[in-house]
Formats: sequence, C-alpha cells, structure tokens
Amino acid sequence: MKIRSASVFTGAAALTLLATACGGGDTGGETQAAAEDAMVIWADDERTDVLLPFAEEFGDAHGVEVEVQAVPNDELQSSFVTAHQAGSGPDIVVGAHDWTGNFVQNGAIDPIQLPQDTVEAFAPTAIEAVTYNDQLYGVPYAMENLVLIRNTDLAPEEPASVEEMVEAGTGLRDAGDVEEIMGLQVGQVGDPYHIHPFYTSAGGYLFGRDDNGDYDPTDLGVGTDESIAAFERIAELGEEGSGALKRSIDDQNVASLFNDGRTAYFVTGPWSLPDIRTAGIPYEISAVPGFEGGEEARPFVSVQTFYVAAGGANKVLAQEFVTNYVAKPELAVALYESDPRPPALTAALEQIGEDDPDLAKVVAAGENGDPLPAIPQMAAIWDPFGKAEASVIGGADPEETVTAAGETIADQIG
Amino acid sequence: MAPNRRGTAGAPGGAPAPPPLPGGSLVRNGSPAGQLVKIAVLGLAAALALWAAFPLYAAGNWIGISVVAGVTALIFYVYLSPRRVPVKYLLPGTLLLIAFQILPVLFTVSTSVTNFGDGHRGSKEEAIASIEAASVERSADSVDYALSVAAVGDPAGGELVFLLTAPDGTSYAGDAEGLTELAPGDATVSTAGRITEAEGYVVLTAAEVSARGEEIAAFAVPTGGGSGIRSSGLSAAYEGSATRAYDEECDCITDSASGAVFTADDERGVFVDEAGQRLPQGWQVDVGWSNFTKVLTDPSVNASFFGILAWNIAFAAGTVLLVFVVGLALALVMHVQGLRGRTAYRILLVLPYAMPSFAMFLLWRDMFNADFGLVNRMFGLDVDWLGDPWTARAALLLVNMWLGYPYLFLVATGALQSIPRELVQAARIDGAGAWQAFRHVTLPLLMVAMTPILVSTFAFNFNNFNAVYLMTEGGPFPPGNPMAGATDLLITYTYRLAFGGQGAQYGYAAAVSVFIFLIVALISLVSLRQSRSLEEVH
Repeated sequence: MKIRSASVFTGAAALTLLATACGGGDTGGETQAAAEDAMVIWADDERTDVLLPFAEEFGDAHGVEVEVQAVPNDELQSSFVTAHQAGSGPDIVVGAHDWTGNFVQNGAIDPIQLPQDTVEAFAPTAIEAVTYNDQLYGVPYAMENLVLIRNTDLAPEEPASVEEMVEAGTGLRDAGDVEEIMGLQVGQVGDPYHIHPFYTSAGGYLFGRDDNGDYDPTDLGVGTDESIAAFERIAELGEEGSGALKRSIDDQNVASLFNDGRTAYFVTGPWSLPDIRTAGIPYEISAVPGFEGGEEARPFVSVQTFYVAAGGANKVLAQEFVTNYVAKPELAVALYESDPRPPALTAALEQIGEDDPDLAKVVAAGENGDPLPAIPQMAAIWDPFGKAEASVIGGADPEETVTAAGETIADQIG
Repeated sequence: MAPNRRGTAGAPGGAPAPPPLPGGSLVRNGSPAGQLVKIAVLGLAAALALWAAFPLYAAGNWIGISVVAGVTALIFYVYLSPRRVPVKYLLPGTLLLIAFQILPVLFTVSTSVTNFGDGHRGSKEEAIASIEAASVERSADSVDYALSVAAVGDPAGGELVFLLTAPDGTSYAGDAEGLTELAPGDATVSTAGRITEAEGYVVLTAAEVSARGEEIAAFAVPTGGGSGIRSSGLSAAYEGSATRAYDEECDCITDSASGAVFTADDERGVFVDEAGQRLPQGWQVDVGWSNFTKVLTDPSVNASFFGILAWNIAFAAGTVLLVFVVGLALALVMHVQGLRGRTAYRILLVLPYAMPSFAMFLLWRDMFNADFGLVNRMFGLDVDWLGDPWTARAALLLVNMWLGYPYLFLVATGALQSIPRELVQAARIDGAGAWQAFRHVTLPLLMVAMTPILVSTFAFNFNNFNAVYLMTEGGPFPPGNPMAGATDLLITYTYRLAFGGQGAQYGYAAAVSVFIFLIVALISLVSLRQSRSLEEVH
C-alpha cells in the first residue's frame, strides 16, 4: 500500500510539474540541501520573531545554522504530523501541551530527559502537563488558565460564589447598568474549555485519574451521575433559568460585551488583558468562583511547549536546545513580552511578576487547575461535550443530553 | 495548409484527408517560431523530468522513476512525430485529467480500504522503533553527567566515545564496551565541568555531532543490567534503560518494568495486552471493506444518514430553486426596455457575488444572533434563528440565496439577450398574454441555456461545506444526538465523523467520500439526462 500510494503521489507530482511547467528546477535542489544542514524550528507567527535572536545565538555558539519557520497555529499540529510522516518535518516544534498524546501515538516526538534541578525550576503543574505515560515529552515555557475579570466600577466586590456573581449581575441588568449578567462564551456548539470551572465545581469530571495521577481514558466522566448533576446546575444558569449563560454569547462578541461595559463579569484568560487595558475598563482579576456548597472551580491549565521531533535530522542539537536553552529565564521573559502568558519557569515568573501584578493573580487563579488532558482520547470529548453544553444551556433536558454525549464519546474512544 | 507530407493521421489510402486541425501551424515543420516554441517546451519537459527524477532516485523509488520516464518519453514521442495526430491536442488535457481527477479518486479509493489516520500512519517498524524509543526511562539512581562527544581518530567516521564528568568530578570515557575511568592528568575539564580535551580522543564540534546525530541518538554506553548512558543533547548525559523491547519470535513487545506483554494485532495495526489495553503507537494496515461496512452498519450513522441525505437534497434543490427564481425575476425586470439607470442597478445586484463568501457567512451568522444580531434588532423580532432547526435551515437558505442569485442573474441576463424579441412579440400578436408568452416561449428557450448551470449549481451546493460549517457548524443539535445536526450536509457530517472524534481517520473519511461521490455522480447523471431530453424537445 505504501509503495503504491507513494508512486501515485510522485507520479502526480511529476505530472503536475510537467503540466504547470513551474520553473526554477535547479534552485530547488540547493534550498533543500541548505535546509537539511540547518536545525529547523516551527512555531506560530507570534513566537517566530521572538525565537529568532535566540535561535541565532544558539546557532553561533555551536557553529550551526538555525532556521525558525512560521506555521499558522491552527495548522501547526496537523502539519507537523503530516510533515513528520513524509520525512520533511522540523527538528523542534512549539505548541500546546495537549497535542502530546496525538504526537506520541504517531511517533512524531521523542521523550526528553531533564536533569532533576531543571525540572524543579518549573512550576509543577507545567511539568505534570507535559508528562504522558510517565515520560516527559516537552519543555514547557508558558502557562495559561481562565480567570474572572470584573469591571470594578460596576462590581467592586469579588464574588465568593457563582450565585453571588449571578445575583449581582442580575441586579445590574435590572437596574439598566449592563445588558448581560456575565460574559462567558458558549456559542451554538458550546465551549468545553470555558465551562470547565463551572462543570468541575458542580462535581463533574472528564476523565478519572489513575494511581500515578495520569488521566485514565477508561474512566470517562461524561454521562455519569456526577456529570448529569453538574449539568443540572449549569442549566439553572441557562436561558430557561437565570439567563446568565446564553448561546448568543460566543467567542466573537464576548470580549466586546465586556470592553464596552455591557457586562460586569468576564470569564476569560490572560490573552484578553491587552484589549481590556486598551479599552480602559477598570478591572480586577480573581479566580473563577465555584457554586455555593460545591467543589472548587478548577479551570483548565494549558502549557505552551517545545517538542523535539522524532524524525528530525538534527536530533542531538534539538535536544540540546530544548534541555539547556529553553530553560533559560531570558527566553521565557522575551516570549512573555510578545505574548503575555505567565512563564512556566518560576524564576522568570518572579522576575516579570514584579512589574506586572496581574500575572501573579492569573497564576493564583490557576493554582488548583486541571492540566488540559493530553491523552489522544481527549479529541473525542470536545465536540459532543460542547454540544451537550449548548443544548442544556438552551433548555434541553440535562439527563438525556449528557447521557447521549457520554455514549457518543465512549463510542469514539472505542 | 494543404498537407505537404505523406500519410495523414492513419487515413487509409483513398480516403479523403481529414481537414487540418486548428492551430496546426504551431507545430508545422518550417515555421521557425513554432519550432522554437516546440524546442523550448520539450526542453522544459525534459528539465522537469530530470528535476523530479533525482529525489526519486535518492529515495530508491523505481516505480516513480519509470512513471516520470514513461510520461516524458510519451511527450517526446507525440510532439516529435512528423505525423499530424490529434493526440497532440489531447495529450496535455489527458495528462491533467489523469493527474488531477483520476489519480485523486484512485488514491481516495485506495485509502478507504486502510485504517490510515492518527495512530495508524506509519509502518510497523516505525511503530516499534517509536515504542522502544519512548520507553527509555531514567534509572532511579541516575546521576547527571556532563558530556562531550568524542571519537577515536576521524571525527566523521571514528568510533564514538562519550567523555563524561560525574558530579563528583571523576572523568570517564565511555564506548560501546563500557565505562573506563580517565586518570586526572589525561583529561582537561572546563569550568563548566565538560571535558574539552582528552588523550587519544578527538572532541567533536556541534556541527560534527549533528552530522552523526542519528548514530549518537541511538548510542548508549552499557552500564550493565540492560541500562546505558545516553546523551541528552550535546552537553549532558544520563543513565537509563529502554523498558520495552520487541521480540520477533512472539511478534510482541515486552515491558520489563511491569512484565506486561503486548502482542501484535496485524488486523487492527496495534499492540494489545491480554487485558485489551493497547499501546498508543499503531501502524497502517489494510482493513478491506470494513470502513464501508462501518458506514452502512454503524447504528449511529444509520439513524441519521437518511435524515441528513433528505435535508442535503432539500438544501441543494432549495438553493437552486431560490437563486433561479430570484435571479431570473431580477433579470426579467432589468430586461424591460427603457429602464433608467440599468447599469447602476446591475452593479448593485451583482454586489454580493463580489464579496468573499467566507467572510459573508461569518457576517450573516452574527447578524442572525438571537440577542445581538441585526436581523432581530432591525425587525424587532425575538427569534432564536440558529437555535431552532427550522429557523436555522431557513436562515441558511436565505444566506445561500443572497450569495448565489447574482450568478444566476448574470447568466439569465445573458440568455435573455440571446432570445430574439420578435419571438415574444409574435406570440403576443397571436394573442398570448404576457405570462403565456413567457411560459411557452421565453422560458423553454432560457432553460436550454440554464439547465446545465442549474445542474452544476445543484452539484456545488450539494457539497457546500463552507456555507454550513461557517454558519451553523451543522447545528442546532438534538439533545439526544450530538453527531447529526439539523443543518448538517453529508459533507459536514462526514467531516465530523472522520475528524471530530479520535483525531484524523483518513481511511474512514475516504470511505464516506466514496459514498458521497457515488451519490453526487448518480444525481448529476440523472439530471443531465433530464436536461438532454429537454434539449431534444426543441
């Protein structure tokens, strides 16, 4: 099969070349030769510029060429897997930690051995996040999690619970000060990432943990009694309930709701802070509150990671870069300046935290967070869970909806 | 243009010579410009063939090379042939047809009988290598050595040696045999703790290390008990062991840490243990027709398939009907003689056609937002447009009509202008009303020109992924089934089946694509037959 498909591809490629008669045949060989010698890093557009000077410094120090190539973030994961399979992938790829499981099942990345003192320099949650099947698969550099941002003009008091927040928000709406009780993106197909603190506070979970604390794909939490109970509490906040959660609030309009002062509460991550500052809204950051009498509200913590490609031509250099270079606070600080997410290195976090008090608040809000599961089975969760969320918020029966979602997910995990 | 050479395209003796083919002067012997063009094009073809052949040769792909050689030989044979053969005109089109139509279809079909997808991409050997590499664990009492990679003799080919410094300052040389302690005088240790020089060894530079990267990544200094000292980059080493190893005899992988045995399942392309737990790394295998039978027998697919197919047909047919009626009506209005400002109206009418549909779908989605959307606000409505199955379908059809009618308007305008006004006038003189004249004279003549357009509009909208995915993502979804939404088309539904769950499942997606291909082919065939019978009437 492999040979056949390969010949189909090359045949098609040859025909394409002949047909389109695209020139420049002899330069192609040269660029390819150059790319084979150089160590190649793939990152998204935002991080590419920051990485360039560091890559150059690393290259100069070791007498090698280092290229940093920009790949759009939404294509980075699949492009990397495809390129790796075709043998033309990079040596290092920078991306979210929840890609780990998929990379491992496709044999696209190598484990990384960090000395114990380097491991201890990182936040424990960050290390936990990049560990899969007891192996460390990447070096983390930044973390992010959801927080509650409130407009201190409208809501000076930090709410201790969801109920308090909804009550205060309803009061503001009824008084005509705001349009919406709170801003949490739902959309027509739901948003599992943003509802997670509420879901966990009401007792729900996605996957259980095994003895090592790893996510256990055989213990699916969606469709259990706990998840139904959790969705019943979420339904109380939905369109048929208090109206705090609405499908009409989605990723497109939620930020403008808060930035225009049309709602006092905004559940979001540190990525929204630059726009809020620009809009001039007086704000305060706190943890996403839980339900009264419920458990802790645990947001997802996702970790930005450097991975070493298994099929790279410069594996030893790539290992050297991620183990000895990414752990440098300077790189973490530079990456923070281009994209304000809290660094995973404790030293870098302390250094930046002195100038940016918001950072410590974001970190504190994520302290009890769950690392976003990196197991490949998580892919089966997103779509059905989100739709169940949207249906329940729209007024559907939680038991029927969540049971169906659980069955669909279990079916897909197989 | 009279043939000046013997024999014309295989015509038997006595048969009249076929008329010269159009454009024949380009390839005729004697025209210097034509000859130059021919030489340039053939030279380019040869250059491209060489350019394609070298990487194929490097990869040892002999089938690929023979395909390239065959195609190039065919091109040269056909265009250097002195005879005037029609294949000269057909060849480029045929090659393009094979490259862009037939090969993708064949490739889709060949993919549909495999389990190609995430977790099953590579070969079994790759999966085994990946499992073994991923199982290397740092020994519990491992110390962190500072590392310099060295070689005996030639840096590029000499035997690899790891020059190691333990945290207590002792220096070692490690080769494939094991560790040897170096006498303190034999090695120079830098302030960073790495050995920079050692008697009898050449320390490699980073570039030299990189050149031997694969060798170094696989190298381990044995320390007994199956473990070894491995490199972690250029400057550090650790002691560890691979806990999983492949055994060819039992075709299985044994985990020395837990004692578990994972046996190869060559039908599914995975290693599984007795408890049914599988290793994440699998490989690609042929699964026969099981992707096709899965589509047909999977109860969750069956339950929703016909509902989706019905809406899919209704969506495509509804779109065609709406854009046809609106486009034609506007074209008729614009066709009225003596209309002032006709050009301005026409520009306004085709405006939606000039907008990028991608952005327009997103814009319309926001306009249909129940709380903040323009539609509800402007008309003072309180309709949950995208949250209710029927309003979502209506919204989708409206938007699709808005984007689609300008094209039909343009086509209808052109077709109307080609119908002589005298025909309609004659009908009116014969006593037909305006409607009768339109119904029995204009419309039938229009339909001859419009039917193929309507068929292709139908085929396009049958698979209009963008419209549905950007507007509703297939939603709203019934509470009991998150897999099949009210506005799902087969193509969006397939996309979710193949890529929504366990990552990418190309094999399964290819099987469903084959089904969609068959359905669209069938519908197109039937409707084209219809349109041919329509033409015969006239």
